[in-house]
Amino acid sequence: MYDFEYATPTTVDEAVSILAENGEDARILAGGTDIIAQLKENRRVKVLVDVKKIQETTALSYHSAAGLSVGAAVPCCEAYETEEIAAAYPGLTDAMTLIGSIQIQSRATITGNLCNSSPAADSIPAMIALGAVAKIVGPNGEREVAVDSFCTGPGQNVLENGEFVLSVHFPAPAANSGGFFLRFIPRNEMDIAVANAAAYVVLNDAKTHFESARLAVGAVAPTPLLIEEAGSLLAGKEIDDDIIQQAADLAKGQANPITDMRGTVEQRIHLAGVLSKRAINGAVQRAKES
Amino acid sequence: MATKTEDYLGKTDYKVVGTRPIRHDGTDKVTGRAIYGADVRMSGLLYGKVLRSPHAHARIKSIDVSKAEQHPGVKSIITVADLPLQEDRIAELGEGAANLTHLRANVLADDKVLYHGHAVAAVAATSLNAAEEALHLIDVDYEELEPVLDVRKAMESDAPLLIENQTTSSMGEDTGTKSNVSTHFQHKLGDAEAAFAAADIVVEREFDTATVHQGYIETHNATGHWSTDGTVTVWCSTQGSFTVREQVAQLLDLSVSRVKVVPTEIGGGFGGKIRVYLEPLAAVLSKKTGRPVQLVMTREEVLQATGPTAGSYIRCKMGAKKDGKLVAAEAYLAYESGGFPGAWAAPGSMCIFAPYDIENVTIDGYEVLVNKPQTMAYRAPGATNAAFASETVIDEICEKLGTDPLEFRLANSSKEGTRRADGPVFPRIGHEECLKAALNHPHYKSKLEGPNRGRGVASGFWFNVGLKSSAAASVNTDGTVSLVEGSTDIGGTRTSIAMQLAEVLGIPAEDVKPSVVDTDSVGYTDVTGGSRTTFATGWAAYEAAQDIQRQTIGRAAKLWEISEEDVTCEEGVYRSKSDPSKSMSFKELAGKLDDTGGPLVGRAAVDPAGVGGAFATMIVDVEIDEETGKIQILRATLCQDVGKAIHPSYVEGQMQGGVAQGIGWAINEEYFYNADGRLANGSLLDYRMPTALDLPLLETEIVEVPNPGHPYGVRGVGEVPIIPPPAAVANAVYQAIGTRMEVLPMSPARILEALWAKGNGKS
Amino acid sequence: MARKTHVTTTINGEETQFLCEPRNTLLEVLRDDLDLTGSKEGCGNGNCGACSVILNGRVVDSCLVLAVETEGADVQTIEGVATPEGLHPLQQKFLEHAALQCGICTPGFIVAAKALLDREPNPSEERIRLWLAGNLCRCTGYDKIIRAVMDAAETMETA
Repeated sequence: MYDFEYATPTTVDEAVSILAENGEDARILAGGTDIIAQLKENRRVKVLVDVKKIQETTALSYHSAAGLSVGAAVPCCEAYETEEIAAAYPGLTDAMTLIGSIQIQSRATITGNLCNSSPAADSIPAMIALGAVAKIVGPNGEREVAVDSFCTGPGQNVLENGEFVLSVHFPAPAANSGGFFLRFIPRNEMDIAVANAAAYVVLNDAKTHFESARLAVGAVAPTPLLIEEAGSLLAGKEIDDDIIQQAADLAKGQANPITDMRGTVEQRIHLAGVLSKRAINGAVQRAKES
Repeated sequence: MATKTEDYLGKTDYKVVGTRPIRHDGTDKVTGRAIYGADVRMSGLLYGKVLRSPHAHARIKSIDVSKAEQHPGVKSIITVADLPLQEDRIAELGEGAANLTHLRANVLADDKVLYHGHAVAAVAATSLNAAEEALHLIDVDYEELEPVLDVRKAMESDAPLLIENQTTSSMGEDTGTKSNVSTHFQHKLGDAEAAFAAADIVVEREFDTATVHQGYIETHNATGHWSTDGTVTVWCSTQGSFTVREQVAQLLDLSVSRVKVVPTEIGGGFGGKIRVYLEPLAAVLSKKTGRPVQLVMTREEVLQATGPTAGSYIRCKMGAKKDGKLVAAEAYLAYESGGFPGAWAAPGSMCIFAPYDIENVTIDGYEVLVNKPQTMAYRAPGATNAAFASETVIDEICEKLGTDPLEFRLANSSKEGTRRADGPVFPRIGHEECLKAALNHPHYKSKLEGPNRGRGVASGFWFNVGLKSSAAASVNTDGTVSLVEGSTDIGGTRTSIAMQLAEVLGIPAEDVKPSVVDTDSVGYTDVTGGSRTTFATGWAAYEAAQDIQRQTIGRAAKLWEISEEDVTCEEGVYRSKSDPSKSMSFKELAGKLDDTGGPLVGRAAVDPAGVGGAFATMIVDVEIDEETGKIQILRATLCQDVGKAIHPSYVEGQMQGGVAQGIGWAINEEYFYNADGRLANGSLLDYRMPTALDLPLLETEIVEVPNPGHPYGVRGVGEVPIIPPPAAVANAVYQAIGTRMEVLPMSPARILEALWAKGNGKS
Repeated sequence: MARKTHVTTTINGEETQFLCEPRNTLLEVLRDDLDLTGSKEGCGNGNCGACSVILNGRVVDSCLVLAVETEGADVQTIEGVATPEGLHPLQQKFLEHAALQCGICTPGFIVAAKALLDREPNPSEERIRLWLAGNLCRCTGYDKIIRAVMDAAETMETA
C-alpha cells in the first residue's frame, strides 16, 4: 500500500475544505470496505478523509411521515437491525443484508456503495426503486440528487471537486406498498452480482391493481438503471403475470451489459428479465401482506 | 466375502483405534496460539516481496534494479543470477523428481517468463511497505510473446513454444520433435478396437475441465536465516520439511546437512505446498543481508503463481454388452502442465477406468505446456478430471441399458485380482463394498421429487502411496510417551499417528504427546501427501511402540528377576507367565525406569509396501433453477472404503472436505484468463470456493475393508473423496434437466446455455 | 519514512497503545506490533474472514480496518475468547466435533460465531450458515463447524 495522510474532520466545512484542496487526490473513508481494498491494489491517494467524526454522518432517523435518513457513515447492519426500518423498507433491507459478508455489513455503508458507483452495486437499484435522494455537501453548500441520476458511468458519478454525500433520504413508504430486491450470483453468498433488480410497488386499496411502480436493474449497463417505462406500464394495471412479464421485458430491452468473467451479455440480459419479474412479484407479495 | 478385520489381521477389539479423542494440538488451534509460517517472529527480521511478471509469455531483455536499490528501506534485491546455475538434470526431490533447471527457473524466471505472476526478482527491506514500494522501482524490459492457454491449441504443431528446446518423449523415447507436448504415454490391455466392434452399446464424449486451485486459506510463506557458520534454517508451512530441505539444498548447491527446515503449523496444502517458491528466496536474501528474511504471499500471488491443478481435455469411449458387461474402454487425456513439464495425465490415466473390470482398454496420455503456473499436485491429482469423463459415460451407458447405475457399477466392479490397464493387479479392495453401502443407504432409498431435481452417483479410485517415515518415542516416568515425527499435521494426523502408538502400548491416546519436529530432529520422512501419513507414519509409530514394548518387557523381566520369555504384555499390562501374582501396568513400569536401566526410547523408520488403494461412491441430489441455471446441492452422501478408521471424526472430515472441494470444482471453481493470458480472478471474491451457505450437511458412510498391508488395516483417506463429486453432480444435472454436461465447472452460465440449447428456460 | 500516529484502544479488555502509519491495517498492527498472531490473513480483501475480530461489538474483517480508525475503540480478538478458567464453549465444541483440520480459519470462525451467539443465542442451521458465509474453510466442508456452533449454542443456553 502506498503511503497517505489520514484526516478526521469533525465538521462538514472542514471536510469540504480538505476535499476541495486535494481534489482527486483525496478520498472519503467511511466503512472502508471498498477504499481500503482499492488502496491495497495500489490505488494512490494523498489524503484519506475519515468522515465518521462528523456528527451528521452517523445519524440514522426514521419517521413514518418524514421517511428515512441514513448518514454517510451508518453501517448497513445498524440500519437493518433497526426493526422499524427493516419493516418499512424491506427492499432496502434485502440489499443491505446481501452486501458482502456479515463482517462487511458491520462496516459497509449504502453511501459508500453509492459513491463507489459500481454498475453491480447491490444497494443502488434498491435505493433507486425507493426514490432515494442523496444529500450532497460541497464548497457551494448543499444540493440534492436523486440516486437514479447519481451514477454516470462505472466508478463515476455527479460529485464535483470538494463534494461528498452526507446522507441518503428515502420517502416514507406509501400505504399498500412493498419493496423487493434480489440479485443473481453464482454462489449463495459473497459474490458480485451478475445482475440484480429492485422493485417498489404501490397497490390500490383492494390490492388488485398497481397504482405506481418503480423498477431498477443493476450490472446490466454502465450504471444501475431505472426502468421508467416499466413504471408507466404497470401504473393502473391489474396485477397479473402477463403485465409483470411485459414490465420485465422492458428491463431486458434496456439492458446493455458487457461480457466479463462474472457473466455474459446474453446471460445478463436474460437475468435482467428474470430478476425484474421476481422483484416485482416479491414487491407485490409484500404489498399484499402490508 | 470376508470383510472383517479379523479375517486379515486377527484383531478388532481395539481400545484406542477407532475412538475419537480430542486432538493434541487442538487447544493451541482454537485459541490462536498455534504458530503458522507467517506467525514466525524474530529480531532483525526483514520483509521480502517478489516482483512478478505482468505478462503470460515474454522474453526478459533486461532487469534494472538500480532505482529500487536506492530506496532507503531496501537491503537486497536478487534475480535468477543469484541462484547457482543448474545442470539440466532430473533430481529426486522427495516427492517425485524434477528437472533442476526448471525448478530454478520457476523460482525466479530465467530468460523467459512463462505465466502471469511468474517470479522475476525478490526484494528484502525493512518493512513490507518498503519492499512493495521497491518493486515498483524495478524496471524490467520484456519482449512480449504470444501466449497459449488452451491445452489443445498448445498441442498444435504451429503453437508458440514455451520452452524452445522441449521435445516430446513418446512411450519413453525422445522423438526429437519440438513441441509443447513433453510426454506421451499409452497403457493397453487386451484389444479395445475389436471389443468396441463387438459391443452392443458404445458411448463416446469429449470433456473439458477448468484450471482450479487447491485453495488453502493460508498463503505460502517462508522465513530464512543464513547463519555466518554457513548453515541455513528455513521456517515454512510445507507438506514436507524434508523435500523443502532437498529442494533448497539442490537449488543453492548445498549439502542437505547445511539446511535445516523447521515446519510450522500449516494452513492447508492439498498437494500445493510441496514444491518450493519462496524458501530459496528467503535463504538467499538472508545470505545477502545477514539478517533473517520473511516472505509471505498475498492471495493474488497464490492464485497467479502457485498450484494450480491441471485443466484438461479428455475423450472417453466405453462399450458394453446388452447383458450389462463393460467390455471396452478408451481414453485420450491431455493435461495442462503449466509453464514447465509436469505429469498429471499419468495418475489420471491410472485411475480413469480403475473401478471397473474391463478386459480391453487403451489409454493415451499427454502432458502439455501452457502459459499458466506450473501445475502441482492437488488431492488425487488428475483423477477427478478423469472420473468426470468416465463416470459420465458410464451413467449414459446405464441409461441406455435401463440399469440402475449402482447395480451396473457393482456388476462391473474391480475386485481382488482385477488387472488395471496400467499394469498392477489389485489386492483386496473395497469398491464393491462402497457400492453396496450406497445401494443400502437411506439417501439412495429415499424418493427425490419435484421439478428440476435430479440424483446422480459416481465412483472414484485413488491408489495412495506409502513412502518413507520415521518416528521416535521416549517413555516418561509418569507413564506418558513423547512422540516425535516428521509428518506435517494438516488435518489431525498427530493424533491418528499417536493413537497407533497408544494402541500397541495399551495407554490412552491422551498419554501420548506427539510433536512434529524439524529435519535435524527426526529421521527422514516424506511429504504429507498421497494419503500416506496415517498409513506410513502411523506405521512408524506402531513400530516405535513395538520397539518400546520389546524393551519394557526386558525391564519387567529385570525388575521381577525373571527371563524375558516369562513376561507377557497385553493391552499395557505386564505379567509373569509363571507367577500370576506379578503384574504391573505400563505406567507403573514407566515409574521404575531409573531402577531398571534408565531412559527408554523406541524408534522406527519404515518404507512400507502394502499400500491399500481407496474407492469411494457418492450420491448427490441437486435442484436447478431453470431460469438462472444455478445448481443447489440438496443432499450429498459419500461411501468410502477407508480400510480402518483410526480416528473416525477426522476420517469423516477428510471425506466431507474432499466432497466439498469436488462440489466446488463441479459448480463454480475456475481460472479466468483474459485474451492476453492474464489471470482475471486472482481473489477469493471471484475464485469462488464454496461458502457455508453453498453446501448441505455432508453425509458420510465409513466402509471398512481393511488393508491387509497395514498393521491396523489403514488405507489412505484424504484424496479419493474429491474424485466422485463432479461426475455425480453432472449425472444428477442430467436427471434434472436432461442434458449431459461436458465442461467443468457446470456454472450457471453453462447450465443456462444447456437449457437454451434444449429450447427451454429462456424467457 | 512515514510519520506514525499514536493510537489508544482497548484490546481484549486491556488499554493498549501503539504507533502506526495511516496505511497500516488493524490486522497488521495486531500481528506485527502487538504479537497477536491468532488473527490470520487469508485474502487481504475481506473475502475469507480469517482475520475476523469484534470491533465495538460487531464482527469485522480486520484487514479492511485501518489501525488509526480504532482510536478509542474496543477490540476483541481470538486471544481474548478463552479465559484463565478455560475455553469458551465454542472452542470446546470445535475440539469435540473435530471442527478444524488445518486450523488456519478456526480463529476467524470462532470469533465470528461468538459474535453471532452474543447476539442470537439460538440460531438455526440456516442462520449460522448465512452468518458464517464470510468465513471460508477449505478443509472441512463446514459440516462439523456448523454442528459445533449449534452444539455450543445449546450448551450455552442450558448453562
